[in-house]
Amino acid sequence: MTLPDNWSRLTPDERLQWRLDAWQGIPVEFASPEVAQAYRDRVQLYRDVLAGEKPATVPVAPWIGLLPYRWFGHSAKQAYYDYEIFKDDWFRFHDDTRPDGLGLTLGIVPGKLFDILDYHLYDWPGHGTPDDTCYQYSEQEWMKGDEYAALIQDPGSYWQRTYLPRVFGALEPFAMLPPWTDLVEIPFTAPFFAGFSAPPVKEMLQKLSDAGDAAMEWLQAAMAADGRVMAELGIPQTAGGATKAPYDTLGDTMRGTRGLMLDKFRQPGNIKAAMERLVPQSIDWALRSNNMTGNPIVFIPIHKGADGFMSDADFKELYWPTFKAVLLGLIEQGLIPWVFVEGSYNERLEVIADEEIPAHRMVWMFDATDMERAKAIVGKRQCIGGNVPAALFAMGTPGEMDAYVKDLLATTATDGGFILSSGIVLDEADPAAYKAFIEAGRKYGA
Amino acid sequence: MAAGLKEAVIELREDDALRITDELLGAGTDPLELVAACKEAMDVIGQRFADGQAFIPELIMAGEIMQGITAKLKPYLKAGAQGEKLGTVVMCTAQGDIHDIGKDIVVTMLDIAGFNVVDLGVDAHVDKVVAAVRDNKAQVLGLSGLLTVAFESMKATVKAIEAAGLRDQVKIMLGGAPVTGAVVEFAGADDWGKDAVAAVELAKTWVGGAS
Repeated sequence: MTLPDNWSRLTPDERLQWRLDAWQGIPVEFASPEVAQAYRDRVQLYRDVLAGEKPATVPVAPWIGLLPYRWFGHSAKQAYYDYEIFKDDWFRFHDDTRPDGLGLTLGIVPGKLFDILDYHLYDWPGHGTPDDTCYQYSEQEWMKGDEYAALIQDPGSYWQRTYLPRVFGALEPFAMLPPWTDLVEIPFTAPFFAGFSAPPVKEMLQKLSDAGDAAMEWLQAAMAADGRVMAELGIPQTAGGATKAPYDTLGDTMRGTRGLMLDKFRQPGNIKAAMERLVPQSIDWALRSNNMTGNPIVFIPIHKGADGFMSDADFKELYWPTFKAVLLGLIEQGLIPWVFVEGSYNERLEVIADEEIPAHRMVWMFDATDMERAKAIVGKRQCIGGNVPAALFAMGTPGEMDAYVKDLLATTATDGGFILSSGIVLDEADPAAYKAFIEAGRKYGA
Repeated sequence: MAAGLKEAVIELREDDALRITDELLGAGTDPLELVAACKEAMDVIGQRFADGQAFIPELIMAGEIMQGITAKLKPYLKAGAQGEKLGTVVMCTAQGDIHDIGKDIVVTMLDIAGFNVVDLGVDAHVDKVVAAVRDNKAQVLGLSGLLTVAFESMKATVKAIEAAGLRDQVKIMLGGAPVTGAVVEFAGADDWGKDAVAAVELAKTWVGGAS
């Protein structure tokens, strides 16, 4: 997607409207004029709820993980390694169920890529987890407690020379190479490149090349899967980019949950300084992705600020300021933060309803949160959504699902500004309960 | 002096707590007095957690301080000197799930509460759980899981416990973010807890004979 020449002179609101128009008018060759209209109508649902208005029907946009593969009798390992299965099940599932949004193809990850890279950060089927289990994070201190200074001084160099060699076995030789910022004058150029003659570095470069091919093979499959759903069923992708809250970047895959929690007592100043350093790159990451895909929604899964994970005072002081800076940076660019709140956020609602964040510019998707309070506190400023529980999908009867959705929509959706969704990314669901979810959304959301 | 240790632990002043421990031990204080002070401090932190005044970071930090103090006390404590255990609990994250944070907090809190805890770690194979319950004559089994895939594993584990003829001797509690009463019913367990304090309360209730 190419931004208009006058982009820098547009207001955030003009940028948002431009991006929404581009998303709705996406240059896809649809199967028929009816499908093209269905696509535009669905995008309109999102435009309406984002603006806090009542849509023609409540959008039903569950987050989908391995569910399609379980649905058709395939394992996680097959989904991660066999791209024909990846594409076919994805299409058949959406054809059978017809939600209003398409998410989350990125969660069906390419096993072959991780084999080449020797990825240590996660376990996946055949590499530490059973064949029918989704990938899982290997909780460790991948960033050590005494490395904050290096991270804060130069995140790029820290990533390249310390973090990446630790989390990817294939990238260990990066630790031998100098930072790219050494390349400033002609006399220093040869010493810099001499490092690339080392055999382990050459081997790494070959693996990087192989990884690129493996990633491209998967990306083409993912684009084909989503492209077919879009072109033949008229279902838009729910997100076009992603980013994270700085506290989660540190806590999820760098210091680890436990490490970061101990740092709160032992080195709180370093946490704050590191998070501030991560704000610009968190914005830039999304901006590049969303500009490429042409979809204005930024998927932001958040974890470590949930109820119980810290006090309200710590949330206000530690978690929220830099996350808010990321949200404001995205909104400034006309992007739509779509925050996927995992866990319970009952204690955070007043804080996240922050009046310094412009109204009707973002989406809060909740999981185990009191939706009546969420509607009253956050819903008056921003679009909200959620929150059908995982257990109800996995073990509920169709009748229980119908009753839950009916009550949820009566509580949250009568005046618009609501998206019906799952509280979590769905790997498991009883087919009858899942179909009841979609049907109840249509019945009570009309 | 032990009161100073208790206060330092409650206030999560790690350096002070470890320094006071050294000073007390150096002065010949009965190590059991220190153990008692720590237990009282952890009771206060546990109560604060139950009351919504303390959170997971506070529990983890308190556990970290306790580990430091325990390491210092070890040479001074005779085997079994910490008194009778309340009972034995086997803890693990259910097969197929490798999340450990919640399970580890429950292990720490049970240990501090006076239970003998057998920690089987994560992704615990059903057969391993059955063997641990049988070999340790556990009165309580705690199964943790963050993924919905753990529901099936929990069910399979309960079935295996039944098949081994052990179901009457062991109460089974579930925990983890997606767990609800419906999961307890699905898996055939006895109850669930929303956090570590609830897990300790359940274990105490069951080992005390009530159900």
